[in-house]
Amino acid sequence: MQYFVQQLINGLTLGSIYGLIAIGYTMVYGIIGMINFAHGDIFMIGAFTALIVFLILGALFYSVPVVIALLVMMIVAMLLTSLYNWTIEKVAYRPLRGSFRLAPLITAIGMSIALSNFVQVTQGPRNKPIPPMVSKVYNIEGISVSLKQIIIVVVTALLLALFWYLVNKTSLGRAQRACEQDRKMAALLGIDVDRTISITFVMGAALAAVAGTLFLMYYGVIAFSDGFTPGVKAFTAAVLGGIGSLPGAVLGGLMIGFIESMWSAYFSIDYKDVAAFSILAIVLIFLPSGILGRPEVEKV
Amino acid sequence: MVGTVSPERDIVATPVQRATREALYAGAIALGLFVLFIGLRTDQNISNELILVQRWWLLFTVVVLTMVGRFVYVAYGQPFLASQKVVDIATGLLPESAATRFFRLPYFIAAIVIVAVLALLAGSLDDLLGPGLAGYARFARALAIIYALASVLFYFRSFIHAHFSALGIAALAIYPVVVVLVLAVYSGSMVGGFQGSLKWVDNFGIQILIYVMLAWGLNIVVGLAGLLDLGYVAFYAVGAYAYALLGTHFGLSFWILLPAAGAMAAFWGVLLGFPVLRLRGDYLAIVTLAFGEIIRLVLINWREVTNGSAGISGIPKVSFFGLMSFNVADENYIAKVLDIAQSGAYYKIFLYYLILGLCLLTAFVTIRLRRMPVGRAWEALREDEIACRSLGINTTTTKLTAFATGAMFGGFAGSFFAARQGFVSPESFIFLESAIILAIVVLGGMGSLVGIAVAAMVMIGGTEALRELDFLKQVFGPDFTPELYRMLLFGIAMVIVMVWKPRGFVGSREPTAFLKESRAVSGSFTKEGHG
Repeated sequence: MQYFVQQLINGLTLGSIYGLIAIGYTMVYGIIGMINFAHGDIFMIGAFTALIVFLILGALFYSVPVVIALLVMMIVAMLLTSLYNWTIEKVAYRPLRGSFRLAPLITAIGMSIALSNFVQVTQGPRNKPIPPMVSKVYNIEGISVSLKQIIIVVVTALLLALFWYLVNKTSLGRAQRACEQDRKMAALLGIDVDRTISITFVMGAALAAVAGTLFLMYYGVIAFSDGFTPGVKAFTAAVLGGIGSLPGAVLGGLMIGFIESMWSAYFSIDYKDVAAFSILAIVLIFLPSGILGRPEVEKV
Repeated sequence: MVGTVSPERDIVATPVQRATREALYAGAIALGLFVLFIGLRTDQNISNELILVQRWWLLFTVVVLTMVGRFVYVAYGQPFLASQKVVDIATGLLPESAATRFFRLPYFIAAIVIVAVLALLAGSLDDLLGPGLAGYARFARALAIIYALASVLFYFRSFIHAHFSALGIAALAIYPVVVVLVLAVYSGSMVGGFQGSLKWVDNFGIQILIYVMLAWGLNIVVGLAGLLDLGYVAFYAVGAYAYALLGTHFGLSFWILLPAAGAMAAFWGVLLGFPVLRLRGDYLAIVTLAFGEIIRLVLINWREVTNGSAGISGIPKVSFFGLMSFNVADENYIAKVLDIAQSGAYYKIFLYYLILGLCLLTAFVTIRLRRMPVGRAWEALREDEIACRSLGINTTTTKLTAFATGAMFGGFAGSFFAARQGFVSPESFIFLESAIILAIVVLGGMGSLVGIAVAAMVMIGGTEALRELDFLKQVFGPDFTPELYRMLLFGIAMVIVMVWKPRGFVGSREPTAFLKESRAVSGSFTKEGHG
């Protein structure tokens, strides 16, 4: 039982990170119907920015309180990563809006290749380890919970609450939901569609940057190629939960996190990704539009 | 007017004013994007801790270059393009007027003279100009050769346009012969010609043709049937491992295993097809991607069979239909049989013709299938699945045959790849490969075989050519490695080409079924399918 609860906690931590990235996929998909393949690399850019900010802080000050360091890392990463996603949307996706469906997918793949290789060229191909920032571990009745895990879950919960408020209670969120339902009608009603889409990309990138910072803090290492696997997992999570649905993305992220940690604990760690992908395929056979997704209505 | 950007200001402002403003924006954005990534570099010091290296000059240069580029584009590029209508909106090609001004007889003669003079001085260039300038001179010579060839092509453009496929196949068929002969003349001996041809035949010829074949195979799934497949590389892997395992363990010949690998890949295609039949669009895409990843992860982790990430080496070579072999030790080694000098180039040239034959087979099958009921059903499925179903087409078998046929060609290409490399490892079957193949299909114009071949040549040949830019070392110093920038430029090129020509290189198609007469349809009128 203790072992099981332990794995549950590990899965929750992992799932929080996937959920944060998955929201970026699902929002972009919901609003313009494209798979933003570069999102995984946006996450990597966020983690790398956090790494560089961490090193700058270390070089400038003798010692910085961990909370402040984390906060600064997160905020700078959010700002810069948002700038990246905003620029990418403007350069690579906006000119192709209204073009055929595969065109933005290809530019997204191109951007993904370009981003990871840009980081490889400018920062070098090696793994970048940092000293552990938070190392405290609590022991509650045989279950060890590290402070890192608590931070991840708490930050994720706070962000999700903020995010939920933004989407459901503000005029910006209303504009987003309107664009999602019918872009042309929203434009006719005076919503600046281009701006709304830009903001969607910025929001997705900000969440991915937080996920990147948390990833860096949790694992203590990042490399230029680290965007791909979490990106694909988060995309899997978004599809599993039903792409386009925000609670679905979080649920899918948590599910993928649980599947992974349970499979590594009880079966084999080598095949944890195989398990996650297989369960995706199985779920989609029975629920072809994901767990919380609305089935597509075909109009003839 | 304060704080708002009114549309009138854009019209009132002169291009230079507008360009200045745009350049400042671009500079600010570039500064924001690059300040941490180019301005600073994380490096490990001796005690393995990360330290920051400052590179503010590089950052400054990049930002200034961005600003200058944006300024020039907005101030001169855009008005020029607008006034000249240089880019034809429909085709994205240069119109006749611009091209005729670019290709003129005096320029052509000048280019020929430059080539001739530099070729005569080839041996003594280094002494005359010093190594740095000689590098530039060689680069100028390469440009002049390209210009002269382009002029010739331009002069015969209508002829080429009319017989494009036939000319293309003929050019591909004589390519190794021409390379060997040119290099033989250049080096003065036949042996030198064969040795020098290795790079050209292998790196450019075979490499590009493998991608052409893969892209034509994927084209059946994506371009004809409209099913978005992001895990095509899985079938490539199945074919490669089928040949690698059966060839090394049972010593079976390539000619038996080639169809076997194709059949096995087709079987896996059907296996993947079943669960995804009900899925549409992007759900299909993610499941195929997941399938590709599953195959790769199994190849990495099932160490008893696949030898894990270390891969399988010592894969037997292809024989010349059992008559001659390409192993130096064998009795019937080709050089012994034909009584010529030993060279590794024979094998490469043989492989070149083998992959060319496989490519032509793929193209032939695709063209024939498009005219058969199943091919028409694929295209109908791409255009409208509901209409398809109401007309009594069995969408299940239609999708499955598309998956199986596409996968079969992937399997053929895979077993060829294993035979060519002599070594396979899961490293070769990552998602990036699927993405590159898909990009070639889409950039080529989905469904157009010629367009796809051109796209493969441009994208793969272009990135291979970057390996050859050694003269850049003389410009940027000996530490500069152009290979590093290969994939970066590949990604950027993908974006630029797609934004420039969203419908791919060949934007029109010949319809397979038509009333009375065949007329080419613009790509914008055909759908891409929803899964």
